[in-house]
Amino acid sequence: MTGPLLWLQAMLAHEFIRDAFLAGTGVALASGLSGYFLVLRNQVFAADALSHVAFTGALAALAFGLSEIGGLLAATLFVAVILSVLTTGTRSGDVVIGAVFAWILGLGVLFLSIYVSGRSGGAGANGTAGVNVLFGSIFGVSPSQALLGAGLGAGVAAGMVAIARPLLFASLDGDAAMASGVPVRWLGLVFLMLVAVVAAQAVQVVGAMLMLGLMATPAAIAQRLTMRPYAGMLLSAAAAIAAVWVGITLSFAVPHLPPSFAVIGLLFGAYVALAGAAALRRT
Amino acid sequence: MVDLVGQLLEFEFMRNAFVAGAAVALLAGVTGYFVVLRGETYAGHTLSVVGFPGAAGAVLVGVPQLVGLVAVCAASSLGIAALGRVTWERHGQSAAIGSIQAFALGLGFLFTSLYHGLLNGVTGILFGSVLGISQAQVIGLIVIAALVLAVMALIGRPFLYLSVDPEAASSAGVPVGTISIAFLLLLGLSVAATTLITGALLVFAMLVLPAAAAQQLTTRPAAGIAISVVLGLAIVWLSLSVAFFLSDYPIGFFVTTFGLVLYLGCRGVRRLRP
Repeated sequence: MTGPLLWLQAMLAHEFIRDAFLAGTGVALASGLSGYFLVLRNQVFAADALSHVAFTGALAALAFGLSEIGGLLAATLFVAVILSVLTTGTRSGDVVIGAVFAWILGLGVLFLSIYVSGRSGGAGANGTAGVNVLFGSIFGVSPSQALLGAGLGAGVAAGMVAIARPLLFASLDGDAAMASGVPVRWLGLVFLMLVAVVAAQAVQVVGAMLMLGLMATPAAIAQRLTMRPYAGMLLSAAAAIAAVWVGITLSFAVPHLPPSFAVIGLLFGAYVALAGAAALRRT
Repeated sequence: MVDLVGQLLEFEFMRNAFVAGAAVALLAGVTGYFVVLRGETYAGHTLSVVGFPGAAGAVLVGVPQLVGLVAVCAASSLGIAALGRVTWERHGQSAAIGSIQAFALGLGFLFTSLYHGLLNGVTGILFGSVLGISQAQVIGLIVIAALVLAVMALIGRPFLYLSVDPEAASSAGVPVGTISIAFLLLLGLSVAATTLITGALLVFAMLVLPAAAAQQLTTRPAAGIAISVVLGLAIVWLSLSVAFFLSDYPIGFFVTTFGLVLYLGCRGVRRLRP
């Protein structure tokens, strides 16, 4: 066997790496698919809002000793329902929405300090808990969390595939879809709830602050490469999964390179390269 | 009461924080007024997020945080100016902006992981901290405030005209391009300064909420700017005082809470008025 293959085999011999790949693939698949529709429907802002909620939900679970994924799912699903009720006419520039979500972040920091001061001599754990929630800790997932992550990811992906056709119709031409009997509002709600599940599970993999990158950037890459929706969905999911795989491998190989930054950096680099190439071709 | 104030001002870091808070309230109140008037709140938020790797990178290479913040925020305002206001607004919530934000936050995280000592300070940079304000930073903030307010006084009137009615202003000979770029630079400086108090993620609370609350109360610009500054001062000084006595809890939570309550209160006042 050749060197690189041996090296890969040695890497995959670690259980935490296998768990990281398992959880990361599930989250990437779900993010890539749902992210494509987020961008298409101009709802990137909703994902941003849900990531704030995920941050606060994760820290609340830590502060009050609740089950992390359970509390997170409850929080993000609740906000997804509220967002989809309010969604008509909300814009990112809306001061009320912006203010409420800034306050939710502030609340998260409050929970962080409750968690820290509730632990005896927790100075060491202090920074790490907050940093893990903000920027992910994919090398710290347990085997059962990895299985759950992969399962949720597969579930969301199946849900996205199931609603893809009517959702596409509703997203591209809402009036025509409604006229031909597509339940546009219900579809919007189901979609945002799927995004909420992705937000809850992405906290561990890339962290609350970077999940927007895992959702929006693969979709932006796909939209630069193809106009066809189904090809775009597949490309978006493929880009997310490839970035997670290469990112995990890179950060295993390079010391001090955080896996979440490696993933987001790869995606952003690809996006900038594509945008640059398009700009060059135009001139 | 006097006793409480005495306790508050007993320590040098608190005196520094109060002066710094006043400078930030002044800066954010004035520039924030125009940000809200022009509907550019998202630009302010993005600038502050991009400031995070600036602050973290500065600590990594051993430069004062404020210097890193100012450099990156000013450079990013010029970048936004280069992209053009129309493109920027159109892409206000697009995938490109989301990608840039996520990448900036990731880059900041990379810098903090390269510099291990900072890992505990990362929440301070993101969510604000009172303990971190040094004498040198106070002086830096005062210099920035003086500079921004001086230029603002110079371009204030034509800029107001331009914000309310760009076409009329342009045909009346107002140099639209120059003034818009100048304002974006001032906004970058103000965001950098505000980040020192509120942290990179909560700038919204100081930059947008006092100004938005003021605009609920009056439509007259001079009065609105004055109210915006006073509300900002109230938010930041109140938050500093509460954070001092409840020192286990972060100032970012208090700033966002008081900001939100004040804003909703001012909306309520407007509703009640006939």
